[in-house]
Amino acid sequence: MSEKIFMKGCEAVAETAVRAGCRFFAGYPITPQNDVPEYFARRMPQVGGVFIQGESEVASSNMAYGAAAAGVRSMTSSSSCGISLKSEAISWMAGARLPVVVANFQRGGPGIGTIQPAQQDYTQATKASGNGGFKMLVLSPSTLQEAVDMTWQAFELADKYSNPVLLLMDGFTGTMMEPVELPEALSDEQVAAIRATKTWAATGKKGGPQHKVMCGPGLDTRISQEQMNIRDGKMYEEWKTTEVEYEDYMTEDAEVILTAYGISGRIAKSAVGILRAEGIKAGLIRPKKVYPFPDEAYEKLNFDTLKGIVCAEMAIPAQFAVDVENVVHGRTKIATALSSGGEILDRSAIVEAARALCGK
Amino acid sequence: MMKNVYSRPSGIFEGAVTGFCPGCMHSSVCKVVAEVLDELGMVNNACYVQGVGCCGLAVTYFDMDTVAAPHGRACAIASAFKRCSPETLVFTYQGDGDLAAIGLAETMSAANRGENFTVIFVNNGIYGMTGGQMAPTTMVGVKTTTTPYGRSESEHGAPLHMCEILSQLEAPAYIARVTLADVPNAKKAKAAVKKAFQYQLDGKGFSFVEFVSNCPTNWGMSPLESLDHVHNVILKEFPLGEFRAK
Repeated sequence: MSEKIFMKGCEAVAETAVRAGCRFFAGYPITPQNDVPEYFARRMPQVGGVFIQGESEVASSNMAYGAAAAGVRSMTSSSSCGISLKSEAISWMAGARLPVVVANFQRGGPGIGTIQPAQQDYTQATKASGNGGFKMLVLSPSTLQEAVDMTWQAFELADKYSNPVLLLMDGFTGTMMEPVELPEALSDEQVAAIRATKTWAATGKKGGPQHKVMCGPGLDTRISQEQMNIRDGKMYEEWKTTEVEYEDYMTEDAEVILTAYGISGRIAKSAVGILRAEGIKAGLIRPKKVYPFPDEAYEKLNFDTLKGIVCAEMAIPAQFAVDVENVVHGRTKIATALSSGGEILDRSAIVEAARALCGK
Repeated sequence: MMKNVYSRPSGIFEGAVTGFCPGCMHSSVCKVVAEVLDELGMVNNACYVQGVGCCGLAVTYFDMDTVAAPHGRACAIASAFKRCSPETLVFTYQGDGDLAAIGLAETMSAANRGENFTVIFVNNGIYGMTGGQMAPTTMVGVKTTTTPYGRSESEHGAPLHMCEILSQLEAPAYIARVTLADVPNAKKAKAAVKKAFQYQLDGKGFSFVEFVSNCPTNWGMSPLESLDHVHNVILKEFPLGEFRAK
């Protein structure tokens, strides 16, 4: 590992991507993620990679699809309303089973909303990032070091499952600066070796059988869309046992649980200490992957002694809290601490909600 | 001794069963493209990006690598693909709805960047696959399922002429409009495809070949009538020729 450097979130993600062997990026300007395409524009020529500023989000996400079809580690990023435009290609990536990393630096919504940080795309990210009922692994960091680690992990997972992976960031984690330790860059040989494993890439038959990067069966009568859906559905089911990832913090003796993901998870974590200092035994559950949802983290709580759960997120109406409610299923009280549309989540609102659940 | 004077191009599946309607020139366009790839020895190093619509039926014909594009996005995908795999001969295979309506931004932008791939554009003046709706290339006055009273210039605009529009840009290296509606023109068409691919192999940048084609099914004509219609009507609106050869 190299030394710690002080970096902005967008740039830390982009630099990690390059080190992870990403050699194609296409994007389109939208705040608050402009530092990502700008960084790649400077960096890609230095490593023999390709950067294209697309004519739209629609085009740039399709470009990421095209690069992945050529076997290259490929990425695109955007923010909220831009991700809606990218959903066409994201759905095709999932249908064609192409490994691409997509990053969403969430801002307020609906529509153009605001340019400030928000977490209002949770439902879109975890339930339907496009038509057709596909799923993606969705990683959501709460610190920049975690953003670096998850960016690396996202490329590994995309290749492992040959499926798009979503990095669910927000305007905070994109634009704030923190010291980060970056991973050692893959060598050109390692990057080439990874590409060489993608024997399905459509770069010419070279005397062998045809390679088809297709979304759906096309006119191939040997496989049906249903068979493809069943195949993909099995993979999504498998993720529920193999890919669940969360942070469990001081939950063992907890009388109240705070739960949040991404930047809100970090704010909620800082509330645990405040509550503990007041004599309220608080704990934290912070999903690191929001898809698949970590049901087990909540299932193992002692509902006989638990006074309630506070769901904190930057979305009104709440979205993440719905998944928590679905797991808890009435076994304990659920309160929310929310902000939206670019307003910063107030830690004192989390603390207040926890106190209220504990009758204090 | 029997002498072999013609064989199926190696880029066409053995025993391929056409998905195209009787008399449609799409299959002939596929054949011409495959013949040229054989002549250039590039079938094993080629990838075509297929559009959505009748052009997608090429998948039953072309025995070569392919990437399927969402409707209209073939030029965006081909741009990225070619830059990541410069040694592959890349061409898109697109119809007029795909290329000139939903994909207009992707087409113009890739052309303007001078991306080093080739577009094979099949213009039959209609949305064939979806059942005969108005295309951006539909002639004024023509009745389609979405212009039941005829295409009106004041309401729907005049037909888009892609070769002429692209010729306004600085970057494109080769732009030609051809047809397979008669034998002399078919020979010119094949030469144009070969030239376009050669431009790409020479790294000259964006090349574009528009085939003025037919749609007997949705034009409501017999195949022969549709060829006459191409000669008597369509080619007057869409003149043939090389628009750019840098």
